[in-house]
Amino acid sequence: MTASLLLDMRDVSVTFDGFRAINSLSLALRPGEMRAIVGPNGAGKTTMMDIITGKTRPDTGTVRFQGHDLTRLDEPAIARLGIGRKFQKPTVFEALSVTENLLLSLKGVRSPFAVLMARMNAQERERIDHLLRLTRLEAVADQPAGGMSHGQKQWLEIGMLMGQEPELLLVDEPVAGMTDAETMATADLLREINRTRSVVVVEHDMDFVRALGVGVTVLHEGSVLAEGTLDAVSADPRVIEVYLGR
Amino acid sequence: MNPFSTHAPRSLRGVIWMAVAVVVAASCLAVASLLPEGNLLHASAFVVSLAGKYLSYAMLALAVDLVWGFAGILTLGHAAFFALGGYAMGMYLMREIGARGVYGNADLPDFMIFLSWKSLPWYWWGSEHFIWAAVLVVAVPGLLAGVFGWLAFRSRVSGVYLSIITQALTYALMLAFFQNGLGFGGNNGLTDFKDILGADLHAPHTRAVLLVVTGVLLAASLLAARFVVGGRFGNLLVAVRDAESRTRFLGYRPEQAKLLVWVFSAMIAGVGGALYVTQVGIINPGEFAPANSIESVIWVAVGGRGTLCGAVLGAILVNMGKTLFTAWLPEFWLYGLGLLFICTTLFLPNGLMGLWRHARKPPPEEVTPEVADTQGDEA
Repeated sequence: MTASLLLDMRDVSVTFDGFRAINSLSLALRPGEMRAIVGPNGAGKTTMMDIITGKTRPDTGTVRFQGHDLTRLDEPAIARLGIGRKFQKPTVFEALSVTENLLLSLKGVRSPFAVLMARMNAQERERIDHLLRLTRLEAVADQPAGGMSHGQKQWLEIGMLMGQEPELLLVDEPVAGMTDAETMATADLLREINRTRSVVVVEHDMDFVRALGVGVTVLHEGSVLAEGTLDAVSADPRVIEVYLGR
Repeated sequence: MNPFSTHAPRSLRGVIWMAVAVVVAASCLAVASLLPEGNLLHASAFVVSLAGKYLSYAMLALAVDLVWGFAGILTLGHAAFFALGGYAMGMYLMREIGARGVYGNADLPDFMIFLSWKSLPWYWWGSEHFIWAAVLVVAVPGLLAGVFGWLAFRSRVSGVYLSIITQALTYALMLAFFQNGLGFGGNNGLTDFKDILGADLHAPHTRAVLLVVTGVLLAASLLAARFVVGGRFGNLLVAVRDAESRTRFLGYRPEQAKLLVWVFSAMIAGVGGALYVTQVGIINPGEFAPANSIESVIWVAVGGRGTLCGAVLGAILVNMGKTLFTAWLPEFWLYGLGLLFICTTLFLPNGLMGLWRHARKPPPEEVTPEVADTQGDEA
């Protein structure tokens, strides 16, 4: 059973200065699955992402990805295994052009000497053109990323994530600050991405989660409170009490 | 498509122009120095050695720009690598003196006899060979930078803390080199050089050749630096400079990229120091003084950080200014330098190169990375 899971977190706990940010959390993801993680502020959503990507080391528990023990690896090693992460605040390299941002993200060359010798080849050019089309950034391809709108930066970052060709994408609040139209377009994009990759989305926006139409995990105080379809968890009295009951 | 259209600072054309200009200027001055003294275009030995000094400093500035301008490592100790290269060359020049020293000992430099040493310390072995000196000029700064950088970057020391450690490094080396027991001439350093490769260091021809060699090596360093930062590696450095932790999540190890450019930069500084010693004729622990490293940062700021050409331009112009200023109002030079730095920071954040680009064509939407913002930490 375990072997068929893409991501398997078990009994993970982490404490910051006495505050239990994650409390014996278990989460399992099958290959190809898309999962939405919801929960009030401080529920441990971002810390969970930090643990999966190696930014934070758990005090106890195991985290396995395709059989690899992630708790023993650092961020670059985990990224190279095929876990990509999109941050809540779009973080692109502002002084570089859109094309250069995408080129840095492309799966492949990573060691410093190899990067030093690398010149863009036809295959990479093709990959980048594809990503530019996908993220609708063709017109601004040669402009510095720092000069773009918030929405464009979000899309560029998604493009960079795609460039990494990860097995699993972790996406932290992708539609924060987006218009309704942009939000729906992003939901379409994520569903498109999910056709070939597994995705974990952390999001507050319930309309967006509904548009995704995927399984939902509700976090509360560092543990899983409920899991199921959005309608099922919305009807759960415990969930209503801590989160949806306004 | 020009892949670097968004950041003219690294333009290949500019670097080639600068490299050619440096070689042509050095060659013209070298030729002028060989003209008979009555000739209107004759350049004095003083001017030639000044020019050699400026060009050597330009290599130090280039080294600083590589790490500060591109990788965001504000080094306040780069003169240490410059001085180490200088000492490596100085050791060879000391051995070239041979029996012509005050004590007439063919094997030991004067200062060792003065200390009643009987034989050369092991680290002076082979110093009579120019080739070995040339190896040490790049190997010693490279090795020190490698060890220092590996420890510092691996521990994720960055920003102002790293600056302070670099400052401490050069200060510690200065104190060490002041010790007579270290075997590098203590307070007085290494001086009284006579020959290089059998050629008289005081002859106009030798000086002319050294100036041209300095110009050529500076040009070569410029082109090598452009090769390092011009392509994808340069983009990676800029990415590390502006959002280091983000690069980790893309699978890069920023500490390795920083280490590579840091070692390369230290080697360029070492070559600059070696050329400096041949033309200035002395190397002493004062070259390790923290103020020297800080001055080199100011040259780069004035010329334009992260532009390569700006570093060269800044080093030459500020040092010309220093020469004129110290002849005119010696006690006020440091105030002048401080004022220059403040004015550059306030009014010319991109230095002279920024002014130049602005004058040629106002950039549509230039993005200027903030000087202090090296931490791109995500919540």
